[in-house]
Amino acid sequence: MSSANYDAIIIGGGHNGLICAAYLAKAGRKVLVLEKRHVLGGAAVSEELHPGFTFSVASYVVSLFRPHIIRELDLAKHGYEVIPMDCSFLPLPNGDSLARWADGNRSRREISRFSRKDAETYPEFSRVMTHMGKLAKAVIDHPAPDITSLRPAELSNMLRLGKSFKSLGPELLHLNIKLVTMSAADFLDRWFESDTLKAPMSVSGIIGTFQGVRSPGTAYVLLHHYMGQLDGVFRSWGFSKGGTGGISMACARAAEAFGAEVRTNSPVQHVLLRNGEAKGVVLENGDELLANQIISNLDPNRTYLKMVGEEHLPQEVANDIKRYKLRGSSGKVNLALDRVPEFSCRPGIGDHLRGDVAIAPSIDYLEKAFDQAKYGDFSTRPYINAVIPTLTDPTLAPPGKHILSCFVQYAPYHIKEGAENWPKFRDAFGEAVIDTMEEYVPGLRNMIIYKQVLTPWDLEQQMGLTEGNIFQGELSLEQLLFQRPVAGYAKYKTAINNLWMCGSGTHPGGGIMGASGELCAKTMLQNRSV
Amino acid sequence: MPIKSPFFPRTSELCTSMLWKEWAGYYAVNSYQIPHDAEYFAFRESAGLIDITPLFKYRVTGPDAAEYLARIMVKDITKLKVGRVAYCCWCNDAGKIIDDGTVMRRDEYEFFVTSADPSFSWFSRFTRGYQVELEDISDQIAALALQGPSSRAILKRICDADLDRLRFFRTTSARSGDNEFHISRTGYTGDLGYELWVENKNALRLWDAIMEAGADYNIRPAGLDALDMTRVEAGLILKDVDYFNAQHVLIDDRTSSPFEVSLGWMVDLDRRPFIGQRALQLEKAEGSAWSLAGIELEWTEIEDLYARYGLPPEVQHHAWRSSIPIYTDKSQGKQIGYATSGTWSPLLKKNIALATLQSKYATPGTMVAMELSVEHVRHTVHAWICDPQFYNPERKRSNPVKDIAA
Repeated sequence: MSSANYDAIIIGGGHNGLICAAYLAKAGRKVLVLEKRHVLGGAAVSEELHPGFTFSVASYVVSLFRPHIIRELDLAKHGYEVIPMDCSFLPLPNGDSLARWADGNRSRREISRFSRKDAETYPEFSRVMTHMGKLAKAVIDHPAPDITSLRPAELSNMLRLGKSFKSLGPELLHLNIKLVTMSAADFLDRWFESDTLKAPMSVSGIIGTFQGVRSPGTAYVLLHHYMGQLDGVFRSWGFSKGGTGGISMACARAAEAFGAEVRTNSPVQHVLLRNGEAKGVVLENGDELLANQIISNLDPNRTYLKMVGEEHLPQEVANDIKRYKLRGSSGKVNLALDRVPEFSCRPGIGDHLRGDVAIAPSIDYLEKAFDQAKYGDFSTRPYINAVIPTLTDPTLAPPGKHILSCFVQYAPYHIKEGAENWPKFRDAFGEAVIDTMEEYVPGLRNMIIYKQVLTPWDLEQQMGLTEGNIFQGELSLEQLLFQRPVAGYAKYKTAINNLWMCGSGTHPGGGIMGASGELCAKTMLQNRSV
Repeated sequence: MPIKSPFFPRTSELCTSMLWKEWAGYYAVNSYQIPHDAEYFAFRESAGLIDITPLFKYRVTGPDAAEYLARIMVKDITKLKVGRVAYCCWCNDAGKIIDDGTVMRRDEYEFFVTSADPSFSWFSRFTRGYQVELEDISDQIAALALQGPSSRAILKRICDADLDRLRFFRTTSARSGDNEFHISRTGYTGDLGYELWVENKNALRLWDAIMEAGADYNIRPAGLDALDMTRVEAGLILKDVDYFNAQHVLIDDRTSSPFEVSLGWMVDLDRRPFIGQRALQLEKAEGSAWSLAGIELEWTEIEDLYARYGLPPEVQHHAWRSSIPIYTDKSQGKQIGYATSGTWSPLLKKNIALATLQSKYATPGTMVAMELSVEHVRHTVHAWICDPQFYNPERKRSNPVKDIAA
């Protein structure tokens, strides 16, 4: 042990890896973060892809980031700034549109154009989901208890969790069971009648999963998106100043301020094992670095099968990991524009553009988009979640110029031609997205100064997200809590001694939340493992 | 009835919320839209433009202007160089604060002074014996504050002032086309920002130029609700909230010295006589009874309190300004002070407040307890004493070095 240079080495400088490093360094540990790319952030990364234009290349909005992490790591001092969105805007092909605002009465008036009943049910729905969101603290802010264990600590954690659920009362508890079993579309049907309202609400249930809005279980993901800390405000989504890389950079600065060392351009080849225990890492340039503990910010597949290798794993763990569902289903199209893209259904540069814009005109539209993906094609008319972050954070582009960032689903990793053939279809995929957007933004094509198209294949190649899954593994119920990523090794500790995981492939999962990195560090410190 | 500022034609058109208040006899916007947080975030992320015309403004000219102001102010204004601005307060003979404001030295013999209360009467009491002229120009000069990280870029687009070199607490004249005005790098948000001083007749032209130039920078007109949140984050005190004008209070207990409201740093004690000097010297030697401190409420306790009632934690969307007792501990053993204003900081994710405490409890790091009502019941939660400057970004003081090299 004495030969180790570090208490812990973290493989991967995503936001979770950096948060983990910051917590360990704050506790006085000697920590090194190794990032393979030239920039930090992993999928929460900002890059100047075109002169003067800074893109949130992959992950583009933030909601779930745990506020206590901001306080505990003093992230505001290190540049963490998230600006709430004004609006959720839904343009419709028939020239109509629906905008939902932070101002409840304004939303009510908009929704009532489609259904007066829905307009009044809407705040009731939010109220109930806020109750559900109270579970966030119980679920997200603690390691998931293992229901198969009889250890006193596990039991008391179970009890604590049970109490939080019980406190909901029978009515909400029943609702909760519906949430985890139903499809997003069916769940919303119980509340609302207007397809125009339900469609944009249902998409929260499918983001990042290879499921359709009518697939059972997607209602849970809907809840996942209601668990964001709201500051008591209804809308919980925001833009990170400087792009989502701004969050990662704030985490990196905090980690460094606490004494952690952060290196870019340092790809790790594999984890160094001795007698079946992790002892260090071997870099791609052949350098060996030793540490008492190794923490992987990579996804479970990459951690176990590439960094360690199947031959060093118990067979059942290897099998579980191979069965772990990654199945990327989304891509990104990032555009630099020479002006603000105006929507023909609501012309002008108003506040309706200062939030997210959903291309989700109906439940059928969304389900049809999934139909194509089921059989190995990308959607020719996909669900798009578009943002114009430059209207909120003008520093991202030169004055008067703008960025239109499109999150696109579905773009299945496994296209029928084979994932490795994605590069041949990249242009066609990008064109489908621009065609779709142009139906709402006439002349969009002529505004484009620069274009970046990212398929799930590209996300895997560039960011190391296996199968291009943005959450390091689907947020489906069988892959959550004490089964994330696999049962028995869901508490950040892996099947290899001294090897840990801190990415969103661990509980509580994806979104720029920071909880995995924080809980990994806190678990290690509590167990005196580091 | 309040009067309209020269910017009223624009502000009234933009203020779709119809949320107004009265500020020093003027109509002033509380928030332009129903949720005011976009205005708060404009101050912090892009730029907010706020009408601050209701401030009182004075021109002090003459060969003795500096000596004269040094006699009134706790700061030695004779040391203030041309082009510089001083944040100042002035006291009565008992060393208790009357008001605070800025003093700008525009020329060797010309000063510009702002205040929150009408101060002509107080200032004119001390002109005798000085070669000085005091003019109340409050109703002739309109004022705007442009605050936020994009404020410099916006102003650079509309005027000729060398803003890349204009440092924190400096002032300069500026020209935008044929519109002349003054800029000071000052403000009430604790961020990069400027205050602009313009003759009434040119006010609207200046507003329009700024809004037009700011369109590409997500500029927003901002109201007092947003300003109040930012000033608490910056730890900037407010008259009639965090302290009271010593000339207006009924009992001495309500007065404060500069030392008691964390303005001790601006007091230049050892120099030619100034008003309040003897009392302040004495207080400096003996120590102050009260101190102003920042406090940060323990959020997890607030969450737990709300959870007791089956509620998610609530935050107040507005900065608050009511006196709330602070105790040594949660059992309310002994009251040691009171919070005067506070806010939920969306940026820091903290519940923060400014508090007046008995000095021995005001050391940063001390744990105290503050009253908090949840569901109509009074509780107490722990709070930590800290520096009142909760938020202090580097850009507030920094200059674009790159540009200067180029």
